[in-house]
Amino acid sequence: MAERVIALAGNPNVGKSTVFNSLTGMRRHTGNWSGKTVDTAAGRFRRGENEYILVDLPGTYSLLTHSAEEEVARDFLGGDDPDGVVIVCDAACLGRNLNLALQVLEMAPHRPTVLCVNLMDEAEAKGIKLDLDALSSALGVTVVGMSARRRGEAARLGAALDRAFAAPTDLPVPLCYAPEIESAIAARGGERWRALQHLSEDPAMVDGIVSTLHARACEIASAAVSAEGGTACGYTAADARRDRILTGRRTAYPIMLVLLFFILWLTVEGANYPSAWLGALFGRAESGLLGLMEAWGAPAWLTGVLVEGVWRTLGRVVSVMLPPMLIFFPLFTLMEDAGYLPRIAYNLDRPFRACRACGKQALCMCMGFGCNAVGVVGCRIIDSRRERLLAVLTNSFVPCNGRFPTLIALIVIFFAGNGGGAVSALLLLGLILVAVAVSFGVTWLLSHTLLRGMPSAFTLEMPPFRRPRVGRVLVSAVVDRTLFVLGRAAAVAAPAGLVIWGMANVTVGEMSLLGWGAAALEPLGRLMGMDGAILLAFILGLPANEIVRPIVLMIYPAGGSLGEVGSSAALGEILVANGWDGGRAACVLIFTLFHWPCSTTLLTVKRETGSAALAALAALLPTAVGVLLCIVVNVIRGSLL
Amino acid sequence: MEYRLCDLAPGQWGRVSELRGTGGMRRRLLDLGLVPGAEVRCMGRSPAGDPAAYLICGAVIAIRCADGADVVLGEVWEDG
Repeated sequence: MAERVIALAGNPNVGKSTVFNSLTGMRRHTGNWSGKTVDTAAGRFRRGENEYILVDLPGTYSLLTHSAEEEVARDFLGGDDPDGVVIVCDAACLGRNLNLALQVLEMAPHRPTVLCVNLMDEAEAKGIKLDLDALSSALGVTVVGMSARRRGEAARLGAALDRAFAAPTDLPVPLCYAPEIESAIAARGGERWRALQHLSEDPAMVDGIVSTLHARACEIASAAVSAEGGTACGYTAADARRDRILTGRRTAYPIMLVLLFFILWLTVEGANYPSAWLGALFGRAESGLLGLMEAWGAPAWLTGVLVEGVWRTLGRVVSVMLPPMLIFFPLFTLMEDAGYLPRIAYNLDRPFRACRACGKQALCMCMGFGCNAVGVVGCRIIDSRRERLLAVLTNSFVPCNGRFPTLIALIVIFFAGNGGGAVSALLLLGLILVAVAVSFGVTWLLSHTLLRGMPSAFTLEMPPFRRPRVGRVLVSAVVDRTLFVLGRAAAVAAPAGLVIWGMANVTVGEMSLLGWGAAALEPLGRLMGMDGAILLAFILGLPANEIVRPIVLMIYPAGGSLGEVGSSAALGEILVANGWDGGRAACVLIFTLFHWPCSTTLLTVKRETGSAALAALAALLPTAVGVLLCIVVNVIRGSLL
Repeated sequence: MEYRLCDLAPGQWGRVSELRGTGGMRRRLLDLGLVPGAEVRCMGRSPAGDPAAYLICGAVIAIRCADGADVVLGEVWEDG
């Protein structure tokens, strides 16, 4: 039995991750924008006697330049590891894709290689026809056409790989450069691609090399492609019409606002009832658990730890978080799948550049709405280190899904009045716009102080729009995102519930540990328009923002029963009974938006930047903003009363 | 008359006659397909006017005006 390592190479956004997933059966997250794969992933699959290990390389346009992704791809392809290569191309955009394919073939002329022409269905829908045999003989390698998003297509690519290994006589047709380049290659000696790599550093040579590559790619493509309507381009007139609206001067920003409002409104409206229902369900299970513990004759402390501590905290986190996530993540993934996110980056590049940052920061910000840790990882799509740090440090200024439920509940209880979901969603939209504005402001501040510098170059591919695959989007949003984030929150909530129950029940003197903590923080809490219990909850909530609210309820006397978690009216009663009013709620809203990110995000910042100091700064910045804003709001409120 | 990339108004197209400049940006523009002789068409501008979107070698790429200043176009045409 042979074990074969296969490199999966291709341009950004040609469906490499989808090919990877359909071959290996893994669910790597996919989306319709460039730079989704910022790290390599490996997966196995077996065909008959042969075991294949597929390595998904970052998408690149070229192997001659120096961005981080291209170096990762080039080092892997140039090393000894890969036994074979699969090059993925977009059928609707063959000319551009073959440029990379030719470079890959130059690097590994002796390796079995399969050219996978993906997205055949999309090309067909756009009236583009491909002659795969012509392509195969022009390149000298096995070519297979597929639509990786359809089921069952992966087997054909697998079979083509088997064939490529069985017939190692296939040799790619070599590329001829201009005589002076060819003689320079010969003069340098060694492997051809290394010589080319070296020569492309030479300003006198690089144009000739790149032009030859492009010319040959276009030549092969135009021989293999016949398009109705004379365009061999995946970007159609319909795409252009959509872009004129979605990125239009008058329409772009209003559409972004309306879409954001619509998502928030659906989340607010839709999450209410399932939350109440889940809360009731957990409450009933709690009574059942209590009955069980009693029947076993368990000691009171054990019942307390397990039921009132672990179970109750878990119930609060799940019932409050799950419904909004189940609505938000699929909607967000739909937009991503359709190709809207790069348009957001395009629309917002100018304002970001005014802050000397990169428009792609908008993409990181969008991911941050889901989870700040994911947003921080996503910052890898920004090439310049300075601009990447700006995006990393300001990511937690936009609220993640762990904070949305708290924001929504407080808005509904204290500010929306009888206005219902639409008013709540509008207020939430306003709050988010404040968060985005502050994140712009902090970006500006940073790029004029600590991270001084001018904006670097910006190029962003705007992919053709794709009809979102609703079924796949649902699965991916629910399984990959919702359950992942919820699982992490629950994994933190259970032990945190245990610890906090302990702190609530271990008394020193006449007060519990929680009581002492809250009392110690009371002066600072008051200064910030809140109270000590809330501040303590934020501190204890460091592992996950989701548990801040359950902790507040656990600290308050009579905050005990589980029934309240879903119903905002009951939650409101408890809060008001503990001295909450609109002013305090406003301060808590502000501090929920702006305080230290959760520990997962901080660890991610440390990993991504390689610096504990920067992670500390990522915590310090939003905290400073939050404390200041809270004090200002509190002082203004005090002077008004 | 010599045109630069951002002289293209939406709907206009031209052919790259020369790529000036040095360093990383030049390489990136080359990789995107802005090689001498390549056709480039302006598809639209972002709401704030800059960057603009260009059709290059079958894909639409957003490029800032300052970054495209080294892309020289020989002639500019407009579809009738």
